[in-house]
Formats: sequence, C-alpha cells, structure tokens
Amino acid sequence: MTALLNVRDMRKDYGAIRAVDGVSFSVDAGEILGVIGPNGSGKTTLFNAILGQVTPSAGAVTFEGQSVTGIKPLHLARLGIGRTFQTLQVFGQLSVRDNLIAAGQEFGGSTWRRLFAAPDAGLGARADDMIALFRIGHVAHLPAGSLSYGQQKLVDIAMAFMSRPRLVLLDEPCAGVNPALIDQLTDLLRQVNQQTGATFIVIEHNMDFVMNLCARVICMAQGRILAEGAPASVQANPAVLEAYLGS
Amino acid sequence: MTRLWQAALLLFALVAIYLLPGTLKNYGVYIVTLWSVYVIAGMGLNLTVGYAGQISLGQAAFWGIGAYTTAIALKAGLPFFAALPLSAALCFGVGLLLGFPALRVQHHYLAFATLGFNVLVFLAFRNEDWLTGGTFGINNIPRPILFGWRLRAPLDFFHLTWIATVVMGALMALLLRSPWGRAFAALRDNPIRAESVGIDTTFYTLLAFAIGAAYAGVAGAFFAPLVGFIEPAPFAVTTSLSMLLMVIAGGSGRLFGPAIGAIVVVLLPEWLRFAAEWYLAIFGVLIVVMMVWLPGGLLSIPDRLRAARVLK
Ligand SMILES: Nc1ncnc2c1ncn2[C@@H]1O[C@H](COP(=O)(O)OP(=O)(O)OP(=O)(O)O)[C@@H](O)[C@H]1O
Ligand SMILES: [Mg+2]
Repeated sequence: MTALLNVRDMRKDYGAIRAVDGVSFSVDAGEILGVIGPNGSGKTTLFNAILGQVTPSAGAVTFEGQSVTGIKPLHLARLGIGRTFQTLQVFGQLSVRDNLIAAGQEFGGSTWRRLFAAPDAGLGARADDMIALFRIGHVAHLPAGSLSYGQQKLVDIAMAFMSRPRLVLLDEPCAGVNPALIDQLTDLLRQVNQQTGATFIVIEHNMDFVMNLCARVICMAQGRILAEGAPASVQANPAVLEAYLGS
Repeated sequence: MTRLWQAALLLFALVAIYLLPGTLKNYGVYIVTLWSVYVIAGMGLNLTVGYAGQISLGQAAFWGIGAYTTAIALKAGLPFFAALPLSAALCFGVGLLLGFPALRVQHHYLAFATLGFNVLVFLAFRNEDWLTGGTFGINNIPRPILFGWRLRAPLDFFHLTWIATVVMGALMALLLRSPWGRAFAALRDNPIRAESVGIDTTFYTLLAFAIGAAYAGVAGAFFAPLVGFIEPAPFAVTTSLSMLLMVIAGGSGRLFGPAIGAIVVVLLPEWLRFAAEWYLAIFGVLIVVMMVWLPGGLLSIPDRLRAARVLK
C-alpha cells in the first residue's frame, strides 16, 4: 500500500535561516499523525512548504502517488487537502455560517454555473450540521471577526471540514481553546476520522491532546526530525526532553 | 422591520424617484439623471472596491470608454440598444486586463497602477483626434430612439436612465446574493484563506474588475446622450476620486451605498451653490467630518445607532 502523503527531503531556507532541514515522513490513509517540537523548530514552515504556501527550497511531496511538489494552495485544496492556520484566518466580515459555506462552495461543479446557483450553494444544511457539531449556533449569524479568539479558532477548524477533505493539516488547533472544549475537540476529530476515514496531521503543543488523539508522533527540533514513533516513547525520549528544556 | 416592509419601502422609493423629477425644471431633471448615471458607475466600483476589496482609481476611465464608444457608435448610425452592450462589453474586456496588476500588487500600489491607467486612457481621449475628436470632443450625440420615439425630452431620457439603473441594481443584488458574492467577500476579507478553501482568487479578482468596469461602461453609454457633447475632461482622475468618495461616503460594501454616495457627490454640491465661492470649502469640510466620524459611510448610521442602544 502506498502512503496517502509522502514527504521526501523537504527543505526550506529563509535567507541564512534553514527553517526546515531535510524532513522525510509519510502518512497512511486514515492515520492521525502528531507533530510536536519547541517554538521555532520549523513545524509551521513544514506545513506551508507541503501546502504550497511557500515554495520549498528542495524536496518532493506526493499525494496519493501523484507529485504535488510546489503546487498552489488552491489546487491542493481541490485535490482534497484542507488546512487550518496557526494564526486566525477567517473571513472577518462574513457571518460564521457564510464562512462555512464559503469554505465548501467552490468544490465540484463549474465556477460559471455557481453564478446561478442557490445563494447557499446547496450547503446550508451541511453548514448547520457543522455549526451544531462545533456548538457555535449562538454566534452563527455574527460576523466571524467579532467572535472571541477561541470561537474563531473553532470556525477555522470547522471550515477545513466543509469540503470533506481526505487529508487535513491542523496547525495548533487547541491554542486558545478552553480546556473543556479541547476534550470535545479530541472526540470530534476522532469521530470525523472514524466516520469519513479522513487523515490528519496535527501540530500541537498540548501533550495531553497529542497523547489522546495521535497514534504516531514526530518531534521536530531545529528543522529536523528528532524522534518518531508512539506518543509515549517519543515523549520519554531523552533527546526530546532536552530539545524542549535545553538551550 | 420585516422583509415585506423593506420590499414595500424599496418599491415606494423606486417609484417616487421615477415620478419626482416630473415636478422639476429641465436643469433639475438633468441633475437627477446625472445622479442616476453616477449610481450605475458607483455600483460597479462598489463591487470592485467594497465587495472584492480591490482598490481602483480608474473607474472614470471606463466611464469614458463607455461614453466614447456609445458616442462614436451613435454617430455611425448604430442604434442605442446596440451601442449600450458594445460599451459594456468593451469595458468588461479592458477591465479584465486592468485586473492583472491586481494579481501582483495590492493597496496603495494598486491605487497607483489604476490611477496610471486612468491617466493613460485620458491621454488617449485627448490625443487620438481621428477617433475621439481630441480636445474638441464629439458633439451632437443623438438621444436614443425607443419604439420609434426619440427621447429628446429630458424627462423621457431620465425615465429610461432610471429604469436602467434599477435593472443594473437588481442584477447586482442577484450577483451579490449568489455564491459569487460570497467568494468576492472572501477574497476581500482574506485572500490566503480563500485560496486554501479552493476559491480561485485569480478568477474572482479579474471578474471583480471586469464587472465593475462593465457597469461604468453602461453608465458612460447613458452619459454621452445625456449631455450630447463629450470631451476628455469629465473622464480625468478627479472623477475617479469622486466615484471612490461616492462608494466610501455611501457605505462601501453596502448595496445601496452608491445611491446615497452619489447624492453626496452630485447633489450636495448643487445644494451648496447658495454659498457661492464657499461651496467647495464647505464640501471639503463636510467630507473631512464625515470620514473622521463615519468611516463606515452614511449607511452605517443605523448600525451605529443600534450599537449605541445596545450599550445603554
Ligand atoms: N516568513 C519567514 N521569513 C523568515 N523566517 C521565517 C519565516 N517563517 C518562519 N521563519 C523562521 O523559521 C523558523 C521556523 O519557524 P516556524 O514558524 O516554522 O516554527 P514553529 O515550529 O511553527 O514554531 P511555533 O511552535 O512557535 O509555531 C523560525 O526560526 C522562524 O523565525
Ligand atoms: Mg508554528
């Protein structure tokens, strides 16, 4: 069986800074992979290089056996790869419900025909399901930009699922979300994973969340993979402890 | 207010505007017709700027292209209802081209790119005598003929212009309600996020310019027979600035913003005429006051009042 996503020798330089330095890994369909590592270890940059948000300096990415190296975010999205952002990225003036519909409306069908489609592009019911799932019904009609940080984070995550992606890259979904919701988020993601077979790669500093959700974890430090394996073994790895606590 | 009441109020306003100029003298009718023309151009610019978030200081150039195209076509004997779509189509095409710089630069850089375009078009109007008549312009532009009836009377021509304005407004409302409207707003609010959820920002950026330009083309097509004589001056950058002011003063990204904004830009200077040479100064002060206290435009007043009531 070939992996769903395969990353080979990925490198990204920002001038003299080597943010990602030869990272290779693969993810199987249906897997939930965790990515941990100290601040500035290159996790977000790795995501951005995989997702075409920045041009990789070197390396190759394949999705379902097809080369997608350096492909633009738009086309990756249409291939079935969704993402969430570490920094808030919602459509601030649109309502929460419109944010969700906007995140799903461009999949399937022709752009020209959408001009004459129903205003909700046939996604109203799906948006409402998502709103119920993420418990944001009481703010569904407010502009997304007026919500609290944690609420916007939930909108951001819900948006990534509107198009039924096969692979979702989540960048710190728990940051700023209240602890009670984090458990719900864990359940939610596991539920989506089991029901739809969607594959996740999750960057997260919250170790409980990673331990609960992920079957396998990669720890990055200074742009490289320091350790890889079951969450407990990675967490116990002395090199990992040193990377977090050391200089 | 229920939707039904809103619809009734809107219908009342549309009909009232249709009838009102019947009580005015010729000059008054001319001013209201000019307002109506500006509203069409403003609705287009509101799509580009207010909904899709692309700054443009070139709307008057499209207005001019529409006006010259119609003037030349009418003089060549083409009927108005052939010249009108021609003007719109030509502006759509040129607008598409102006969209390309917007794919590369944003904000003030884009402002200058579009301003440069307006200057270029203005120079073409002035220097290409063989086509545009240069500084002498084109005169004796005939009024449209409708069912064998030439709309020579100012009031008749106003009625045609107003009906066109309402139709263009209805089309804009439909466009904005469609998934396209949401995609334009997504492009404005966050282009990076838009790409990541499959929204083709290249496509929507180009279309925002092209459709906005087509509206200016339609406005120009009505402007030429309204004034009967066109020369380069009305299509200079200052008019583009007025049109941008119109969109912002009315309430950028609000459907009825341009209609209110055009009152500020077209009618307010007329009402201020009593102040003689002071009118420009008063106009300037009013604009400064409004931009400082009402950056969301006149149509943001109800929201402001509602918010104030909630705080109490
Ligand atoms: N656009 C950029 N230009 C220059 N340097 C950058 C840029 N983006 C990231 N870097 C650098 O690359 C390195 C890795 O950053 P990155 O954001 O990938 O870290 P991270 O692991 O996601 O950290 P955190 O856990 O704090 O989010 C850092 O040294 C950062 O300063
Ligand atoms: Mg990061």
